[in-house]
Amino acid sequence: MNVTISSTSDKPIYQQLHEQISAQILGGELESGYCLPPIRQAALELHVSVITVKKAWEELERNGLIHTVTGKGCFVAEFSPDEMLRIRNEMVLKQMEGDIQYYKSFGLTLDEVIALLGKIY
Amino acid sequence: MLALDIRNLNKKYPNFQIKDVSFQLEQGYIMGFIGVNGAGKTTTIKSILNMVQADSGEISILGKNIAEHETELKQDIGCAFGDIDFYTRSRLKTLTGITKKFYKNWSDETYYSYLNRFKLDENKKIAELSTGMKVKYSLTLALSHGARLLILDEPTSGLDPVSRDDLLDIFQELIMGGEISILFSTHITSDLERCADYITFIEQGQIVASSEKNEFKESYRLLSGSESQLNEVKGKLISCKINSFGFTGLIHARDIDPAWSLNTAIPTLDDIMIYFAKKEGVYV
Repeated sequence: MNVTISSTSDKPIYQQLHEQISAQILGGELESGYCLPPIRQAALELHVSVITVKKAWEELERNGLIHTVTGKGCFVAEFSPDEMLRIRNEMVLKQMEGDIQYYKSFGLTLDEVIALLGKIY
Repeated sequence: MLALDIRNLNKKYPNFQIKDVSFQLEQGYIMGFIGVNGAGKTTTIKSILNMVQADSGEISILGKNIAEHETELKQDIGCAFGDIDFYTRSRLKTLTGITKKFYKNWSDETYYSYLNRFKLDENKKIAELSTGMKVKYSLTLALSHGARLLILDEPTSGLDPVSRDDLLDIFQELIMGGEISILFSTHITSDLERCADYITFIEQGQIVASSEKNEFKESYRLLSGSESQLNEVKGKLISCKINSFGFTGLIHARDIDPAWSLNTAIPTLDDIMIYFAKKEGVYV
């Protein structure tokens, strides 16, 4: 597992954690059954507060990406390719919603945005 | 279990008072206690430790009332108040020898490991130490008797960035097991951004808020817009700064009207302290 935290970013740290780990799970880097480090240890190692890690793990659990086995730890869940696609799309759409506000503030149409995206993608 | 439970603490001085101070710290977590100079942080901390006699209020530590179990509970509390400025002609060794006699669970092993970690020389006199070294020594004493609640008044002030980083590491190592809890006051809010789980904000002797750190920050917004938009929102702002680009002000998140077309951002802990301090200026 690879995580980089920026304390100067506008994004809350738990969200950074959540996004990066989700991406690694959905991208197949972290396989199902992978055991995440215990919350307090992760907090110490990442130099963030315990509650921050707790929140990130809870968010992952809510999205169905990990599951907790009491007394053992948190494990990457098992899911079908369909489910994986659904969760991934959900997350991407959420990000796009925010981005779109920005494009709209310039008065761009959908076609214009797609054309611009095509240039850099 | 609550490591610390303070309810309706009052203490009145001729020119200052702390009023109805209440907050709780759950065991195994770190709480940052913030407020400008003179806001009442030290008075509150000293009242918790019964170093100043509160007029009223109830304080429980690790589930026990401190008024009834003071001697017993103080074995479980480690406290430090910045640097040490007493017995300055004594050697650290001598002062340690005296301190350890008061504690049943004193551990020489822990003590020497912190001395080493902080690079302190036991044979030096207090007067020969720099400010940072004195802070480190007082922390060493606070950490060496198996305390389950650490109450530290500005432990990071006077420390260089490297030592501060190391101290925060120590804090996080200490709470790893979920047994030890830490309450520390500070002005250096970047320390809190890193390791605090909860924030308690005191202003003019009253608690403004005490909650989980992100919740605390997200309950406020920095609002910015042009000067002409200011009139619309002014009544709801906690305070604001005006310059040639427009205004920036702090507002409670719940007071935001979604109809406003203004920029909003989550404030930093510093922002919150600064704008609250400005609020007072308005009334003077």
